[in-house]
Amino acid sequence: MQIKQLLRRTPNKKQIGRIKFVLFVLCLVPFMRLIWLCINNGLSANPIEFVERSTGFWALFILLLTLSLSPIRLLFGYVWPLQFRRMLGLMMFFYASLHITIYLWLDYGFDWNDIVKDIIKHPYVLVGALAYLLTVPLALTSNQYMMQKLRERWKQLHLTVYLIAILGVVHFWWLVKKDIREPLFYAVVLGLLLGVRLFYKLRQIKSKSEKIRKMKLSLSV
Amino acid sequence: MIIQQKTDILPSEITPKEVFENRRHFIKQAGFGLLATSALAQTNLLFAADATRSNAPIGKASKSLLSLPNFTKTAYGKDEKLTSYDDVTTYNNFYEFGTGKGEPATNAKLFKPHPWTISIEGEVKKNKTISIEDIVKLAPLEERIYRMRCVEGWSMVIPWVGFPLAQLIKWAEPNTNAKYIEFVSLADTQQMPGVNLPILDWPYTEGLRMDEAMNPLTLMAVGLYGEKLPNQNGAPMRLVVPWKYGFKGAKSIVKIRFTEKMPITTWMKAGPKEYGFYANVNPQVEHPRWTQSSEKRIGAGLFAGRIKTQMFNGYTEQVGQMYAGLDLRKHF
Repeated sequence: MQIKQLLRRTPNKKQIGRIKFVLFVLCLVPFMRLIWLCINNGLSANPIEFVERSTGFWALFILLLTLSLSPIRLLFGYVWPLQFRRMLGLMMFFYASLHITIYLWLDYGFDWNDIVKDIIKHPYVLVGALAYLLTVPLALTSNQYMMQKLRERWKQLHLTVYLIAILGVVHFWWLVKKDIREPLFYAVVLGLLLGVRLFYKLRQIKSKSEKIRKMKLSLSV
Repeated sequence: MIIQQKTDILPSEITPKEVFENRRHFIKQAGFGLLATSALAQTNLLFAADATRSNAPIGKASKSLLSLPNFTKTAYGKDEKLTSYDDVTTYNNFYEFGTGKGEPATNAKLFKPHPWTISIEGEVKKNKTISIEDIVKLAPLEERIYRMRCVEGWSMVIPWVGFPLAQLIKWAEPNTNAKYIEFVSLADTQQMPGVNLPILDWPYTEGLRMDEAMNPLTLMAVGLYGEKLPNQNGAPMRLVVPWKYGFKGAKSIVKIRFTEKMPITTWMKAGPKEYGFYANVNPQVEHPRWTQSSEKRIGAGLFAGRIKTQMFNGYTEQVGQMYAGLDLRKHF
């Protein structure tokens, strides 16, 4: 009962700050782990692929976490977790940037000739590169100043996060050789997260049109 | 009205009364038997978990069943830097034991590669079977260091112990219709957890053209690093074709079939646009997923980058002439 009450309560500013800090540290754990494994020779027989996979995985994971905050509001009525969206989004950008850096530097040694060929010839790389390019403007406009400057356009711009998530899951799906169980899982999670939004959006439209209809009806009477 | 039907059950087939009455007892026993086996499986699992931590008592026991006969060293790859034993035996593609690279090493611990027989079928003078113990006596064993290039863009250098496949073919006595040779791997749902998943069309099947199979480079491996082939590497016997992508090397072979028509291999069925019958290492033929012009050498470390992939994995001198006039872009 107490826990339920505790959950129902909206944390105050100080508490939000604390939760944010804990989340921040938690998000950095996978990065710390990679450094620790690197020092201790624990990055498997194929270390480049290991760090590529790991950073890609965490970028996708944190992105899905970011996208789960709105459904939490819609389904359970908690509004305060929405305050973590920016930080989580930037954490996703951090892992995605690491992912790209490792690809360009450790995997391909900045051999642009090979990199361009790899991107053009392999659909999953192309989709991944596109997803990353789309995250850059979102990260650059994630501050208060840009929010106020762009206003409505900021909202529209940040809708691309849905496209990025879809591209991210497709990127994962296409890179897998045959055993698609893992990307399938993320596709289902993303489908649910987007589905909840769609459901509420449709309900909203429906109730709106219902209201208009009723108004018209009462007017005609 | 009663219609009498003629029965086709012979009196001898009718279950005797006392056996019939014993049925319940039998069912009871079977029930207990099942319980007992599941309990045994439980303890096996416990042992398996133990084995991963301590130094695998079970693995040792099966090792003593067949130690590797003497072998001679050869000049093949003597200047190559070997991939470590640890990497060769813990980074494996062996989907019968799971699709993760580390899964075969864990899941194949309890696999029993002995006793083992291989059947020879198809376009041969006579179908026959041979035990693994007899196979290793067909020809003197030799150690050869080969590069192995995986289609996923990584490579290793492995000291195999085995004998030329040509020796086994000679013993198998194929007839004049035999144009291809097909290799079938074991698909045992009890011992191989991956076979229970519909990821590939089991059993794993691979194939070679007859001249490829007879090429002196083509090896039947029964060991690596001077010891019996570890389970996760395809015990007790696997194919090694160093100028082709690694998936051509069928593991844990139970059947060798000589055919007149080109066999359809497992990966051809799984992805006809991605995997062809030939699967020769070729930096000029792109794969829809992985870069084939360069590769990552396993064990080289995080900062080693890539090395250029060679045509036929560097074995052009030995195998190039077999493909003269063949469009390698079409026959990838």
